[in-house]
Amino acid sequence: MADAQQVSLTIEGRTVSVPAGTSILEAAKVAGVLIPHYCYHPGLPVAGVCRMCLVEVEKAPKLAPACATAAAEGQVVHLYSDPALDARKAVLEFLLLNHPLDCPICDQAGECELQDYVYREGRAQGRSHEPKRFNPAEDFGGDVLYVTNRCILCTRCVRFMQDVANDPVLNVSERGDRAVIGKFEGKDLTHPWAANVIDLCPVGALVSKDFLNKSRAWELDRTPSVCPNCTQGCNTILETRDNVVVRMRPRTNTDVNHYYLCDEGRMDYRWMNRTDRIEAPLVRHGDRLVVSGWDDALRAAALHLNGKRAFVLASPMLSNESLWMLSRLAKRSGGGGGFRVRLGTEAPLAGVPDLVRRAERAANVRAAELFGFARSDTPLAGMKDGDVLIVADHEMAAADASAIAKASAVIVIGTTMPELVTNAIIALPSTNVAEEDGTFTNLRGRVQQYRQARSAPGMSRPVWWSVGDLLTFLGERAGYYLASEAFAALAAQHPEFAGMTYDSLGLKGQALAGAVAGVAGGASA
Amino acid sequence: MGFPHASHAKETPVLSQYFGDPAARTVAGWKQRGGYVALEKALGLTPAEIVNVVKDSGLRGRGGAGFPTGLKWSFMKPGDGKPHYLCVNADESEPGTFKDREIMRWTPHALIEGSAIASYAIGAETCYIYIRGEFTEPLAVMNAAVKEAYAAGIVGPNAMGTGKRIDVHVHKGAGAYICGEETALMNSLEGKRGNPRIKPPFPAVAGVFGMPTTINNVETLVAVPHVLNRGAAWYKGMSHSNPKSTGTKLFSVCGNVAKPGNYEIEMGFPFKDFLYDLCGGPTPGRRFKAVVPGGSSVPIQTMEEAEATLMDYEGFVAQGSMLGSGGVIVFDDAQCIVKHIARFARFYAHESCAQCTQCREGTAWCTRILERIERGHGTMEDLDTLLDLSEQMTAKTICVLSDSCAAPIVSGIHKFRSEFEAHITGKRCPMGATAAA
Repeated sequence: MADAQQVSLTIEGRTVSVPAGTSILEAAKVAGVLIPHYCYHPGLPVAGVCRMCLVEVEKAPKLAPACATAAAEGQVVHLYSDPALDARKAVLEFLLLNHPLDCPICDQAGECELQDYVYREGRAQGRSHEPKRFNPAEDFGGDVLYVTNRCILCTRCVRFMQDVANDPVLNVSERGDRAVIGKFEGKDLTHPWAANVIDLCPVGALVSKDFLNKSRAWELDRTPSVCPNCTQGCNTILETRDNVVVRMRPRTNTDVNHYYLCDEGRMDYRWMNRTDRIEAPLVRHGDRLVVSGWDDALRAAALHLNGKRAFVLASPMLSNESLWMLSRLAKRSGGGGGFRVRLGTEAPLAGVPDLVRRAERAANVRAAELFGFARSDTPLAGMKDGDVLIVADHEMAAADASAIAKASAVIVIGTTMPELVTNAIIALPSTNVAEEDGTFTNLRGRVQQYRQARSAPGMSRPVWWSVGDLLTFLGERAGYYLASEAFAALAAQHPEFAGMTYDSLGLKGQALAGAVAGVAGGASA
Repeated sequence: MGFPHASHAKETPVLSQYFGDPAARTVAGWKQRGGYVALEKALGLTPAEIVNVVKDSGLRGRGGAGFPTGLKWSFMKPGDGKPHYLCVNADESEPGTFKDREIMRWTPHALIEGSAIASYAIGAETCYIYIRGEFTEPLAVMNAAVKEAYAAGIVGPNAMGTGKRIDVHVHKGAGAYICGEETALMNSLEGKRGNPRIKPPFPAVAGVFGMPTTINNVETLVAVPHVLNRGAAWYKGMSHSNPKSTGTKLFSVCGNVAKPGNYEIEMGFPFKDFLYDLCGGPTPGRRFKAVVPGGSSVPIQTMEEAEATLMDYEGFVAQGSMLGSGGVIVFDDAQCIVKHIARFARFYAHESCAQCTQCREGTAWCTRILERIERGHGTMEDLDTLLDLSEQMTAKTICVLSDSCAAPIVSGIHKFRSEFEAHITGKRCPMGATAAA
């Protein structure tokens, strides 16, 4: 296909060239200019209703909505001319007419686009002497609470449910300034992706019941991460307050999850804050596991493993680095490994190609298989009598109990003590996804980085670190200081990862060599 | 004809000739009165020929905007492989306007004939007549007439026996003012909420059901058969002031006049004559104070302006207002201008579709300020605020509803400022009026 025709225009004195058909608002982003807006969202159909993005286009008879006006050759666009500034100031005053000034008790405060723009460009003093409209808040179902009075009727939520989720639950009810967002009779926001309306809402009208009154936005530390809860690999932001994960939200990646995150995924973060953790290396003395130093515990583990087959039960929630290191441990002893995946229901987001809450409820199934771990409902079936069983943060099921008894010894590497494992000789504390840097490989073979969001409890370490040291004790040098070094070593040995580094992955990830490129659209190629 | 009054000698009853004549409602009665001759003639012409005649006649849209009808039809490109649609805007909801209502009540076949000609001219096989929800009698009359026209083979799969398909559907609106806005009408017709759409795309590119659509006012379409029958030159001849305004125009007159009703005059007729002669002047003992000449959306005129006006598109603009829909609302000296402007604003606040911020919030805010002034609780700063808000409600939104709210406010404050100030300084309405609750 020939290159799309380009047009060049000048926005705030900066000339940019964009494909014909691009809106002025998107062209301005290319020019590095943010045109204030509320109703426009790149993932939704254009509504053009908030009128916040009115800009002055030279030679045009009136101000143009930047979201709904196509960039044209030679256009000269002014964002800070008097007419444009006056129009924005007026829109802000109109929006505040009925908007309560309850920022001190509003969850959105600090990340509210109304607050931001009023602070930047609004009037210092409103001119209204009239009473404000009042409507009670309404439970919209799911995780969503509608605080009616704060709503600015941008209709992003309505359009998301209608055009992206294909589940038209929401509407604009009534007219004029009596208008509110309504639910259709007998419907609730129970769609598996419905909570995205909370992120889409530019103000505090749609708020999360889960996050309600938990934290002020400015108290949160934000860390780029990847949702560990299924094989889709949605990009996320992990938000912590005082070292506790309090919210997980989508991070834009148009190759994977666009702007969205499913409800189940976003709600499933509490386990990252578990307090019943293994916090120090433990070594069995008689009938008790006793706190030990890392060196002593690793030396003891090496003694048990020396000359024996190791069978590794590896959690598919572990990072590429950790799974690779565990696979080295199994291979050098001639042993094997396996894993089991917890399954759930699939839930596609209709309006985005290949964006599905996947049935496999673990992030790294693809890498576990890639590194030779066998997926099975009875993963211990491959273990031989007398093997040393290494349980690497894997969940145990009742069916595993009899198999565990066949092991000559059990070594636990994990965040918590696995159920049913009563006779571990050594337990090595490990970090979870929120406490380490690492990478996952999603079901389409996209390798994506996540970063440490909270400090690791006690003496716990990433699995790749403790297993690397263990290998070193066994005579195979595999000590790395940084996750990026472990990843570089992995990439050097596995051609699928050839050329990848943490720098090249960035925060958007890269597809494995030979993998279906990019999630979106790749499947249909 | 000044229905319900007898025709005045200075009127030119073309469209309104058969108002009050129930016999004109049937196919047979309509044919006796020269009906369906133009349709037969039209179906023998090419669409382009019809468009050219209409272009030559100078006919302009009678819904309010005054866009040249022939030019609008020429936007419909033949042979694009898409179904074309004609929408007839019979939603006549502009306060003060009731001409289309009478056209449909008395001469439904005139509308069917005009619609069929227009459908053929723009390459449409389907025509939707969107009738305002409150128009129960016109709806019943139109439904009966369409049924009869189908039975007589005038419209349908073999219109007038020519083998051409022209289907006419009558659709009843649900009574929202905004559904008279052309794109909101289309949304409503499609079963969606009646919200105006962003333009572009214009209806001629993507209108109803996303297909090329022409939308015309009732009065525009009923003029078309006359243009075809009697020729563009005859139609163009009915122009006494500006040659860009041709033909006859129906004006609906209401308010404080002796003889309210519908009057049909030729373009360029003196407004002074119209008010004092045709409409019988003020009621006994009263004097005119102000006129809103084109439906509630246009600026209010002082009597000096009104009496200097020649009634056509340009003439009203020259005297500080607009022709609009031709709904003439007359106020005499017993009326409180503040009260009436507040009432207009309340109407727009009630009817705003709630999409655009300026309109949703601005119409309601203006209403509250105006009603507060009317109750005697206003301040001088309120007048500045109203003018500033009106400025921000003009030319900023998807459709012109908020502009329509602003026009009477701005013109009212500029032209009748002393009345506003009297309310503020006297802390009460000097006329003793009270704004509608």
